[in-house]
Order: sequence, then C-alpha cells, then structure tokens
Amino acid sequence: MSSVGTQNIRPGNTKKRRKKPYPKGRQLDLTAQSEIKVLLANRPRDKDLLIEYLHLIQDQWSSISAARLHALANELKLPQAAVYEAATFYHHFDVVKENQSPPPKLTIRVCESLSCQLSGANEVLDQLQRLTPETIRVVAAPCMGLCDKAPAAAVGKNHIGLVSAELLLKLADEKQTKAIMPNYLSYQQYLLNGGYQSLNALNNNQLSGDDAIQCIADSGLKGLGGAGFATATKLTIVRNQPAPRYLCVNADEGEPGTFKDRHLLSSQPQQFLEGMLIAAHLIEAESIYIYLRDEYAAIYLVLQREIQHLTELGVVKDGFIHLRRGAGAYICGEESAMIESIEGKRGLPRQRPPYVAQQGLFQRPTLVQNVETLYWLAPILNRGAHWFKSQGKRGAAGLRSFSLSGRVKKPGVIVAPAGSTVTELIDLAGGMLEGHNFKAYLPGGASGGILPASLADLALDFGSLNDYGCFVGSHAIIVLSDQDNIKRVSQNLIHFFNQESCGQCTPCRVGCEKADLLLAQPQWDKPLLKELCSTMADASICGLGQAAPNPILSTLKYFPEEV
Amino acid sequence: MKDIISFILDGQKVTAPADENLWQVAKRNGRQLPNLCYTEANGYASSGSCRVCVVEIDGERSLAASCCRYPTDGMVVNTQSERALTSQKMVMELLSTDVNPKVAAGSQFELLAKSMAIRPSRFPKSSAPISDPSHPAITVQLDACIDCTLCVRACRDVQVNDVIGLAYRGNQQKIGFDFDDLMAESTCVACGECVQACPTNALSNVVKKPSNVDKNVQSICPYCGVGCQLNLAIKDNKIVNVNGADGPSNEGRLCVKGRYGFDYINSSQRLTEPLIRKPGVPKGINIDPANPYSHFRSASWQEALDQAAIGFSQSKQQYGDQSLAGFGSAKCSNEEAYLFQKLVRTGFGNNNVDHCTRLCHASSVAALMEGIGSGAVTAPFTAVKDCDLMIVIGANPNENHPVAASFFKQATQRGAELIVMDPRAQALKPYASHMLQFNPGSDVALLNAMMHVIVEEKLYNQAYIERHTTGFEQLSAHLVNYPPEAMQAQCGIDANTIKTVARKYATANAAIIFWGMGIAQHAHGTDNARCLISLALLCGHIGRPGTGLHPLRGQNNVQGASDAALIPMFYPDYKKTSDPAARAFFESLWKSDLSSEPGLTVVEILTAIHNDSIHSMYILGENPAMSDPNVTHAREALAKLDHLVVQDIFLTETAMFADVILPAAAWYEKTGTVTNTNRQVQMGRQAVDSPGQARADWWITLQLAKRLNLPWDYSGPEDIYAEMQRAMPSLANINWQRLATEHSVTYPCSASDQPGQSIVFGDEFPTADGRALFVPAGIVPPKDALDDEYSFILLTGRQLEHWHTGSMTRRSEVLNSLEPNAFVQMNADDCIRLNIKAGDNVRVSSRRGGIQINVRIDNAVQSGVVFIPFAYVEAAANILTSEELDPFGKIPEFKYSAVKIEPTQ
Repeated sequence: MSSVGTQNIRPGNTKKRRKKPYPKGRQLDLTAQSEIKVLLANRPRDKDLLIEYLHLIQDQWSSISAARLHALANELKLPQAAVYEAATFYHHFDVVKENQSPPPKLTIRVCESLSCQLSGANEVLDQLQRLTPETIRVVAAPCMGLCDKAPAAAVGKNHIGLVSAELLLKLADEKQTKAIMPNYLSYQQYLLNGGYQSLNALNNNQLSGDDAIQCIADSGLKGLGGAGFATATKLTIVRNQPAPRYLCVNADEGEPGTFKDRHLLSSQPQQFLEGMLIAAHLIEAESIYIYLRDEYAAIYLVLQREIQHLTELGVVKDGFIHLRRGAGAYICGEESAMIESIEGKRGLPRQRPPYVAQQGLFQRPTLVQNVETLYWLAPILNRGAHWFKSQGKRGAAGLRSFSLSGRVKKPGVIVAPAGSTVTELIDLAGGMLEGHNFKAYLPGGASGGILPASLADLALDFGSLNDYGCFVGSHAIIVLSDQDNIKRVSQNLIHFFNQESCGQCTPCRVGCEKADLLLAQPQWDKPLLKELCSTMADASICGLGQAAPNPILSTLKYFPEEV
Repeated sequence: MKDIISFILDGQKVTAPADENLWQVAKRNGRQLPNLCYTEANGYASSGSCRVCVVEIDGERSLAASCCRYPTDGMVVNTQSERALTSQKMVMELLSTDVNPKVAAGSQFELLAKSMAIRPSRFPKSSAPISDPSHPAITVQLDACIDCTLCVRACRDVQVNDVIGLAYRGNQQKIGFDFDDLMAESTCVACGECVQACPTNALSNVVKKPSNVDKNVQSICPYCGVGCQLNLAIKDNKIVNVNGADGPSNEGRLCVKGRYGFDYINSSQRLTEPLIRKPGVPKGINIDPANPYSHFRSASWQEALDQAAIGFSQSKQQYGDQSLAGFGSAKCSNEEAYLFQKLVRTGFGNNNVDHCTRLCHASSVAALMEGIGSGAVTAPFTAVKDCDLMIVIGANPNENHPVAASFFKQATQRGAELIVMDPRAQALKPYASHMLQFNPGSDVALLNAMMHVIVEEKLYNQAYIERHTTGFEQLSAHLVNYPPEAMQAQCGIDANTIKTVARKYATANAAIIFWGMGIAQHAHGTDNARCLISLALLCGHIGRPGTGLHPLRGQNNVQGASDAALIPMFYPDYKKTSDPAARAFFESLWKSDLSSEPGLTVVEILTAIHNDSIHSMYILGENPAMSDPNVTHAREALAKLDHLVVQDIFLTETAMFADVILPAAAWYEKTGTVTNTNRQVQMGRQAVDSPGQARADWWITLQLAKRLNLPWDYSGPEDIYAEMQRAMPSLANINWQRLATEHSVTYPCSASDQPGQSIVFGDEFPTADGRALFVPAGIVPPKDALDDEYSFILLTGRQLEHWHTGSMTRRSEVLNSLEPNAFVQMNADDCIRLNIKAGDNVRVSSRRGGIQINVRIDNAVQSGVVFIPFAYVEAAANILTSEELDPFGKIPEFKYSAVKIEPTQ
C-alpha cells in the first residue's frame, strides 16, 4: 500500500536521534541488587535506617558504588535523589559514580583541628602524603576527640593519639585498622559501686518521677552538650507532651577540643546508660536513640556490648535502645540536625519553633540529652541534689567535665567545679608546657571565642562569658601560648566551620566560605569582616553559623595587632 | 475557628490568623518583605533558608525568617530595624557574589537586588559549577543557583517526581538530578515545575521567554482529562512560555506536555488552506505529511465546503440517511462537540456519531450508567486529600494523568495508603503499600475475589447496602464461586495479598478508586467496571469526602464531548435516543425530525463501510487510521469510502484517505469551554491567531450545516453554549459569563452563586428508585487467545511524552526529541531467552499483521507481556490489535492481543 518510506510518513522533525534502549534514568544493576538484598538480609526496610545501611555498604566495600546505592534506594523505596543527597552529605561515605574509580581500601584520617595542629598535625599530614603508597588514602579530618593525645589520627577505624607518619604507616602495614575496645568499668563492677539503685528505685516506685525531677531541678544540673538548658525543665516539658515520646542521646561530640563524652563512655558506660534509662523512665519514652559519632568506633563496640548485656538481663526490652552511627558531620551535634540524621536524612538543623520537645524525632515530642548530662543523673539521685549543687564555685552549680588540651603539661578530662577559672584548670593540668607562656585560651571549643590571658580569672560557666563575647559551651578549653599565632588559630577555626557548615542558610554557607577567603588575605578587611560577622551571628538558622564568627570577633577585639 | 492573634508589627497593632506567617501578615499590611526561597504558590512549604526576609522579634537573640515564623500574642516584630535591614542586604550581597548576572538577567533575583539597591559584592568570588545543557527543554546553569531549594520542593513536595536533590554539603552543596547526573540522563520527566519555581534562572527553559511579552492569556491544556489551567505568554502571535495557572485540578502544576508540548501549533506541517484530493491518486498511508500537494491541490474555502457538502448530499440521495457517519473529537470544545452531533443528527439524519470515548471509557460509562445512573466521576481526583486509601487500577497516571498522579503521591506523603493494581509496574509503585501486578485480563477474577473476602468476612457496609443499593443477594450468591484461593492462580496474585488488600479497602474510613484504560479496554471492560462499582457500593465508599469512583478520563474534553452527545445512543446529557420523550424534546429544540434508528459506534461504523452500508464520512479531529483496532482493516475501510471529509490541523494518517481536507484552528487559537475528568467546566481562551486560512471547528461545521440546508445561526461559541444550556440540565447555573469570570465551575451546580457539587450521590443515585444496582460479573476469557506461536500478551497504550496517535506531540520539538522512536517494552528475562539485546530491532506480529520495532528493556512489564505505545505510524501498534468488542460498551480489547516476537537481522 505504501509508496513512501516510514521516515517520510512519520510526522514532525524526522532528524535521526539516539535510540532509547532503556527507560529514563539509571537502570537497576541486578548484581548490585542481589548484593544489597544479601547485605540487608532480614533487616527492616525502614527509610530511617538509610544511614545505617550506607555504613553497611561502606564498611563492606570501602566505598559506595552508584549501582549499590541505587539498589539500596530501590530496596528502601527511596528516590535516587534522596539517597544520593544523604550519602554525599556525610564525609564518611565515599560515593563512587559509574565513571569514577573507587578510593583505596584504606583511609588514614589525620586530625587537623586546633589542638592537633598545635601539636604538628600538618607535618604528619605532609609526611604521610609524601610517604604513603597509592593503596592508602590520606585525608585531613576534623576533631576526633583525641585532643589530649594530639596529634591524633585514624587508620581505618583505629583511632589513636600521639601519632607520627611512621607509626601510622606501620599500623596500616600491620593491618591494625579495627577499633580497639577500651578497658572500662563493667556492669558487675558498676553494680558493686552502687549502680542502678536509682533506676531500680524508680522502677519499683520507691522513688516517684516527680520527686526525681525535683531532685534534678534542685541539683542545678544543666545540659552539658553546650547549651546549658536546665535539665529538669526539659524533662518536665517533654513529660507533659502527648505520647509517644522519644529520648535521643546526643553522643555526637564534635566540638573541636571536646572529648569528655568519649572519656566518660569509654570508662564508665554503665553510669551513662543508667542515667539514660532514668531519663527514658521519667518521660516514659517509647524508645531511645543513641546517636554516636562515627569517630568513636571503639565506644560503639562498648555500647553495643553493654546494651546487649542489659537486654539479656532483662533491664531493657529488646529493640528499646537504638544505637545509631553518625557519619562524619559536626552539624549533627545540633539536636534537630541529629534528629534529621536519625531519620535517615541530611543533617540540616530545623527552624524553631516548633522545638524538638514538641516535634522532634518522627515529628513526636523528643527529649534530647547530652551524654554527660545523663551521666550525672544516677549520682545526683543517689547522693542528693545538694551533694552535686554544692560543688560549684563562684555562683555556679555542680561538677563539670572540662576537656583540657593545648599547651598544658597533662591534657585530659578534668572533673572540676562549675565556675572554675582557666588558671585553676591549667594548675590541675600540671601547668603550662615547658617553654610556653600562657597567652590566650578558647573557653568553649571552636565556637566559644578566644580570650586573652588577661582574662584568666573569669568563672567558667554558662552565661558567665557573655559580656566578653564568649561562652563555655561544651567546656572544651584549649590553652594557647606565646608561640601560637592568633591569626592562624582563627583561620583554623573558620576553616573548620566552612568544612562543616551544612549549607542550608546563606549567612553560614556563603558567610563561612567568604570568611575563610577573607582570613587568608595578608591584611584582614576588618570593617567588612565585622559586617559579615554580625549577619552570620544574627541571621543564621542554628548555633553553628551564629557562633562561627566568634573567633574572628574575639581576634578583632583582643588581638587586633595580630591581623 | 482559627485563632486570631494580636501583635505589634513595625509599631502598629495588627491581627492575623495563627497560621499566617509574618511575611504574609506584613504583605497584607502593605509591607512587601524581600523573598527568594519563599513563594506563596500552592504547595510550597517555607524553608526559611535564604534568610533574605529576616526580621527582628523583641526578646529573641537572633533574627527570624519571616516566612516561617507565625505570630503569637503580644509578639513585637520589627521588619525595618537596622539589624534586620543590614542582614537582609548582607544576605543579598553574599548571594550576588557568585551569581552570574548574565544568567540571572530578568529574574526575580535581579529584580529584588535592584529594588534593594544592592551594590556590587565586596566579597571574593568563587568558581561556579559547570552548566548542564543536556536536556532539550530545560537548561541548568548553576552559576546562578543560590541554593534556595525551591526546585527541590517543586520536584519533591509539589510534583512528587523526586528527581532533584541537594547533594554534598556546605559550600560544595549543589542541586542534582538523581545521583547528580546529567538532567537528560536522569529520571527527570521534564514537568518544568522547577523552572516555574526558580527565582534566578539557574533552571530555565531552553526556549527563553522574552522580557516583554505582548499579553498573557489564561486557558486550558489541550492534552489529558485533568484539564490543567495554563498561563500562556504571547509575543508576536506566538506562544513563548507556558506556566501553570492556579486551576482547581492543577493548582499551578503542569506536566511536560502541557508546559513544553505547545509548539506543534507552529509546525511547518500545519494545514493552512483547504485541500481537495487530486483525481486518481491512490488512498493509503502514502503521503509525506510535510507535503500534502503530492496528493492534494489547494482549494478555496468556498470550493472545499461545497465539495464536502455535495458529497454528503449525494450519499444521502444515493444510499439514504443511514449511509453517512461522523466522528467528532474530544479535543474540541463542548460547543464544537455539540454542533457536530447536531449536524449528524439533523443534517445527516441519523445517529451515526461517535468519538474516541468508544476506544477509551465507553465500557466504564456503560457500567456506571447501568449501576449508578451516571457516567461521570462521583468525586474529583483532588478528593484524595481527604482519603485514607486509594486504589489505582488499570491506570498509569504518572504517564497519562501526571498532574493527577502528583496529588496521589502527595496523599501518600501525608500518610494515605496507595494500592496499585496493574499488569505493568509503574512509577507509582514506590509510593504504593501494595503493588498487585496481576496477569493481564484477570481483572474480574481479582476483583471478585476481593469482594468475596469482603462478603465472606462481613466487612461490607450493611447500612449503606440496605439504604442505597439493590441486588446485594444476587451479588453475594454470585461471589461464592470466587474465593481468593481459587482465583490466585488466574490472577497471579496470592490469596493472602488479595485478602489483605480487600480488608484494607473495606475497613478504610474513606477510600477512593481510580481506573483507566487497563480496566476499560477489554472485551470484558464493562464487567471490569461493574466489579469496581460493586466493590465501592459494598463498602459504602461513594458520596463522602475522600471516597468515590473515578474513571480517569483521557482527552481534555472527553467528558464534555460525551455530555454533549458525540455518542450514537444518547442525545445531550445522556438522554436515550430510544426514548420517545427525549426525541420529542430535541426535535422541538432543534426544529428537526430525528431518526429513531440506533446509531453505530466507531468500530461498527468501520465495519459498516466494509459491509457497504456506510459510504460517506465526516471526521473531525479523530485519527482512526492510527487509533482503531486492527488498523489495517480500518484503513481499508477509510480507503473504501466514496466520500471522506477530514477536518484537522495536520495531514493526519486519516487525512491521507480524505477527499476533502478542511484546515482547522488548533486549541490555543480558539475560544470555548471544555469539561475535565472532575466534571469541571472550564473556559479556554484564544491566545493566538490561526495560521493561513485555518478556521475554528465550530465555524467550519456551521458552514457545512448551511450547505446542508440547516437553518443555523450562531455568532460564536457563546451563542452555541447558550443553546447547550437549554438542552442540558447539567449545565444549569453555569453560564458563559460565569465561566469567563471564574474560569472553572463544577457541575452539577445548584445556584449561580454556589460552587458546583464536587462529590455526588451521598443521598441518592440518579436512577429510577434512587438506588444503585449491583451487577455481578463473570469471567470472560480473552478473545485473542495465546497459543504456542502467539505466546506473548501485547498491551498497548500511551506514554508520557506522546499523546495518543502522536499527531500533535510528534510535531512538538521537545516531546519529539525526548521520545523520537517507536519501541516495544520487554522484560529482560524474555530478551535473554530470545537472544535479544536492548535496542535491537524485532518483528512483532499478531494474527492480523506485523510491525518492526526496537526493543526497550524494561522490567515494568512481566515476563510474557510486552507493551507498545500507539503513537508511532512507522510501527503502528494497532496493526496488531483485534477489533473484538465488549458487548456493552463496544470498546475494543486493546489490552490483550496475542503476539509473537522474532529478532530481525
């Protein structure tokens, strides 16, 4: 019938175009699909477990291929975009696309945070980059919570302090890449020391929830993650919200210079766990999520074992406590970002209101507590509010675990009265290092600003440094000496914030990036920096962006001659 | 009652509802705050991330984004404090540092920066990510991206296509498609919502909108039954940009066809003058549509119309009234459909008028008329906002009703459950709690098994059944024979899943059923629809918010064309032609005798040509040479006609058989009303002039009527509509003026100042006794049975980028480049078995004929099943299909043909 070819009867533009042998987009790789099915086995296909499953893939294959990532998305019924954006947000995941080659199986991460940099981390990095074979990847990484053993590094999951390039290469060579279980006070020993009295008293109704919360209120205990919000008040707020309610434990200790939670968890995990269960009891939590930073791989092993132990003993029901791994994102220490991360998403802080106490995890009322805060609950209930409260100094209440690092003789966690001064803490840390004269200190990690030695007698407590443009936050004290250059210190801190900004809001995302560039200039543009800092502090969504300018502002205020 | 909050805004005491954000309150009080990441457009949640709208609130340490803060009593808000203004400006300065001004020219961002008097940035610049020009419709230029995430929300929250994500972190953050892939290689469906949302032109149309357009016209999309409202930007008599308007069925959204598929009207292949067939040239699919002059000569309107009319008159004289027939179009306006059927009924003097509904939902309409007394939907698809469970069966809305699909997916995001039942897996699958990929043709077995469970377990709604239905006893007796255990093998769905799904539907508070061609296009299509109606009646899921029966109508005006009676057995508003009272009414209204003889349907008419009882046809906008089953047979029929007049905008495959071709205006070139799947009558407005001598269809039909000596006198669509209102009670209280003002009104409508009734039959059904009727359905085996030779089941259908027979979409540059070639969708296992690779050319043949076509491997089809879209003339799927009809709806079985697949060279 037809006298003309099909190209001629076909309507429209008949230009030859590429065949489309498959439907739109990336095709599911059947091998990857079966690998992922085997890997996940009978684990639940819940979307909030995305980050856990990304870890499984990364642990198994040292990277996450696009094919496997796609298979995981398919398995969890998540869009490709959702898994990709989550996977690429966290620095501990290496997503490898079809046209890219995977990184070496082993990664050595060298901490470049301030305390480590003061102790020669840059030299270690330089040497490593020269000496390391191609089979090993070397990267700079943010604070690992080993500031007392600076410089620190991680060979695979083996986090160690006081490193040299030679030591790291030797460990790599010997395949010592696994986390090493620390020695800690066991459950039995903790019981012998009077552990679990308070939780039992609550469970047996010997102690009422109201009385317990009153005791905590009287003790003056505050949130020791850095915000200093009254613990009892928070408990009460969440307790009065409709069920189901959740408890999320913030163990994402990432503030540079801070390592107190690592110390407590790796020495007395059961005291923390009891405190956690007390808090869960007080708010009648549906379940508990512990969000532990991925750098604390050793503590992961500790908690896994101890929770298993508690479950076997019937102290907690199976599945009541969820232990979740962070994945290399400082911002997830911010409570709402942490909740987003637990939900399997990118760690973006939420706008407030609503507060997480009202709408937190899975949009339910949520109590978020820091490790140390929970750590103090059992002793407070055991020994009474007065015991705790009376230990503070200069109007402050209670005890604090100060993380001391930098130019002191014996860096480490120092449990000291709230309201102690840096002078007292330096004394407790054995004084300044030989040959170093005290010049300045960071009272609250990277975020808390920088104070000169002339202000060494200020009480270190929540709110006590407001007039000086500083805060104590997580009580991470980094001590600087006359050998340290404040400009370099500022640059180090801003570089950190620039690396760790989540990218959500303009003042922080663009502000940190531009500040990083401006600080590298030989002469700082002080008026422009001040303007920028004021918008970052005023208009950022969360504490990261609001506090990021603190080092710049402190430098301009106290050390103008150095920039 | 909403809480009313009283607070202080810029020193003034103001009040606002508790759910109005500070940005909106300020705007309402005359203070326009800057905005970038915030839009008031429907469906976009505030993200509060750009921070350009920050304000100072007394007692708060930091500033707050006004777009996501809500007033509280006694709050003191200062939008103009120095702190607030400083930060607003600094945010703009920071953002502008790395925005390429060339890309952002003319954007909302540029306008805002100008209005805020932002000076050149003092910050050091950073390098920008590279742009992505891979896509034929959308350009990605991230050197203008400000990470506002509006595109992410557009893609994920509004359209729920879930392609755009925000990858990486901090200043490395960037938007990306899937795994930060090239847009053209991603799963992007090019709905263009992201372009509509982007404030900086980082995402922009490849065809740029000029800065100064001549006018904007609000109209309706010409494609599917969703009936999206459009804002058309016009420059120099050309459409230069299409955006979604805030219509009731689309809330500002569009799909790729609606947004980018408009340029077919500018095709060089448009018919611009009447054509008359040259003597002696053979009829067939044998003409280059770019050059009709090989077979036709140009003619004046006068000559062409005369010749068209003379042909009809001669046929009448020679063979009698019944020797003529007409196919109208569901792509034209209500007025044009009405005129067309009136011409056939009063001019031809018979009822042989039909249109593509016969190939589409005729079976659904037959079942609905029989069961509940009305062929239209009982609830709009937007009712999913109130449902807790949706069943989508035999429909692929992501491709065929994309904007409706976005509402379904949104409903799942807020927690409603979606159950998809379809032999093909589809893009809705990841959103579904259950995907029942049943065996083709086993619909009745599956649905009867579900109803068996509901009856057996007494999950039905006894009170509803007693009050609103008849025939429950017969149905339940019938269902005894369909236990899931006995049906599971036939359906390919295990009994437990059938039970679970049945229980979920029955026990839902509000459940709604959507269906499409997968239900309708079967020799048992009416039975399929009967089962769905019975299922809903059993559980009382009709007539309440969030419940209903909704056959997703295909064409933009198939509902209206059916209402207007482009159907052989009905006069307007479904008055039966066999009813003497109805005939008397229309004889009086139309001042004409009317034939009492029943009319023929689409496929029957083509058969009648073969049988020498039809000799002459008037085809307006239909393309049976592509759309009809066993199309070789259909084409032979067209070739056999003594006289064929085709009225269209292109030389369609059907027009290749014409004796006279009348060039018509395209949809955007005329004014008229259309009725969408939701029963919303909507106003389409002329946006551009027709090319050459092309004329509106109503005008052409009117000229033909005059030549057939009909005393018609209409000055235009408004006139025709006025007569329709007299003919059709369904249009009561919806007059032309109202539509012109309100754009859209749902029928039925109780008063001219009331909105229409979107959910119907809560009280009673429009049947003689007010009750709905259960009609049991038994299993009818497929007509075109498989055997050893023809062992694959062929399904045919549409695809996202191409509309039906492709006459419009294949002439759209964007759509054509997205899907240029015909393909057969095959399962990977079958391909391995037959040693076929992706992209290979194969021969697909049925007992009726064969085509050569390339393979697309897609496991959305099960092993043993293949799918071919029917848009491609060079591999016309309907060469393979069979003209076996459903006995009630007279619809062909497009969804089951036995074929074989053979590799070619």
